[in-house]
Amino acid sequence: MVAIEILDLEKSYLVGFWRKRPKLALRSLRLTIEEGEVFGFLGPNGAGKTTTLKLLMGLVFPTAGSARILGMEMDDPRVKSQIGFLPEQPYFYDHLSARELLNYYAQLSGVPPKSRAARVEQMLERVGLRDAAGLQLRKFSKGMLQRVGLAQAILHDPKLVFLDEPMSGLDPMGRREVRDLIQQLRQEGKTVFFSTHILSDAEALCDRVGVIHQGELRGVGAVAELTSERQAKIEIIFCATKVPPGLISLGAEARVSGDMVNAVLPEEQQEAALEVLRHERLKLISLTPVRRSLEEYYIQKLRPAETQPDEIPKAGDRKEDARMEASRKGVGA
Amino acid sequence: MNSRIGYIAFNTFREAVRDRVLYNLIAFALLLSGAAILVGEISIDIERLVVVNLGLTAVSLFGVVIAIFIGIGLVSKEIDKRTLYTVLSRPVRRWEFVVGKFFGLTGTLVVNTFFMAVGVFLALLYVAHKFEKMDVWVLAALYFIVLQFLIVCALALFFSSFSTSLMAAVFTFALFVIGSLSEDLRGFARITPGVGGWLATAIAYLVPNFSALNVINQVAHGDPVPGRVILYNTVYALLYSAMAISGAVLIFQRRNLK
Repeated sequence: MVAIEILDLEKSYLVGFWRKRPKLALRSLRLTIEEGEVFGFLGPNGAGKTTTLKLLMGLVFPTAGSARILGMEMDDPRVKSQIGFLPEQPYFYDHLSARELLNYYAQLSGVPPKSRAARVEQMLERVGLRDAAGLQLRKFSKGMLQRVGLAQAILHDPKLVFLDEPMSGLDPMGRREVRDLIQQLRQEGKTVFFSTHILSDAEALCDRVGVIHQGELRGVGAVAELTSERQAKIEIIFCATKVPPGLISLGAEARVSGDMVNAVLPEEQQEAALEVLRHERLKLISLTPVRRSLEEYYIQKLRPAETQPDEIPKAGDRKEDARMEASRKGVGA
Repeated sequence: MNSRIGYIAFNTFREAVRDRVLYNLIAFALLLSGAAILVGEISIDIERLVVVNLGLTAVSLFGVVIAIFIGIGLVSKEIDKRTLYTVLSRPVRRWEFVVGKFFGLTGTLVVNTFFMAVGVFLALLYVAHKFEKMDVWVLAALYFIVLQFLIVCALALFFSSFSTSLMAAVFTFALFVIGSLSEDLRGFARITPGVGGWLATAIAYLVPNFSALNVINQVAHGDPVPGRVILYNTVYALLYSAMAISGAVLIFQRRNLK
């Protein structure tokens, strides 16, 4: 079943002194997220990630288009009881303690009074804030506030969780904890839609990712598919203290570290390269095809369209990119 | 009352009572009531009049300052600090948020007024040594002061639903001052011919009639407040507040929370 269906959602703001000049924050976004999926929305700062989330949360209103969340129109009040949201750099009522805040949100989310207190305690335990539960939030560190933010997002056991930059500003330990929590949510069968510009997190957590830049969705794909794509290059590691000239003449990019050499060269030069190693009597450690990293996919999608030689996806390669491209041209997804 | 409105109102009340600034203002108002005793003691035969006049004026002024100070921040502060995002991403409708905030602030002001009123009555007891029958009208004046707070809260919410905190404070305070002079404005409208007169009449009816809600001088002299006036003022304050809150809701419903 589809968890989120975004249909040509668009947002522009009027800017300038007289507010006459329209500025496009989000350009006709079309995206589908399946239930139980962990989807990473990637893009640099100001790309349109937060605008998309705000539109879906009903905090800003779309200029055009619509979206359906869990089968209901996004402005249907019933949607809100089934979703959780963590805004970017969350700020909460600092006159409240973590326990009071969670209790307040539980009240607003319609958690039944009988189970409310137990649910709040369970959440405090889950995010590791039990000892600080009675402390006013003004005394909390950034990492602690982020944990409170996560707790309030999942407090009412939502089916779908939206997280805006959940790892932003956290130390490595904090990031690890957030990653673990997202993994747990996946195991519980929740759908997670999170925005980030930390690619390693997206690569480790997401089933699929979408890249957005300058308000435009540049690409969507399954992480496993994107990172398994071969790049027509091979990486050879062998024992040596300097790079053999024969290898350099084959176009290898090599670096020496200690008594090991790491060389990357075109796939068609594989046999010739092995011949050089045999001739020089060098010991081969490994030979692996170079696969594309998520970072490379991300950088490629961020480049202006005219400099992307493979902007139109290859057949059978990135199916969703192709589908997206077709829908953008009005052919239909 | 819808339970979500109740929860929002309670949280607003809790936020206000945990704010130290509130206590400073109440302490200052009580100090002024205390000072009224000193002024009363040097005013031979009019001690009661001075205490009631000064005491109730202090309650009214500090209450208005509190209403504006807290009221303007109710919506704009929540937008600036983004606390609103986690509230509106729950099954809370925007009108429920605005109405809940209004009730929360009104509740805060009623409790404040109660404590400040206790101060006034203690001061009155100190200078007069006993309560008299006419002191009951002081309660009517206090009730009208609460009605003023209701309107000021609604106006503060209305202005803060579309402008910055500073501008909302300026607009609300300006309307309070103009509204307090609305009787004079109506008098001016009556004697002004032509367009100027029409304009003055329109403004006089548009701004809240705070002067009708100010019976401090009347009760200080021990004059009764007719039941008819209490009824009219109650209906007027409720209608005016409802209109301002409806305006705030209409604007806030359409507002993009950037």
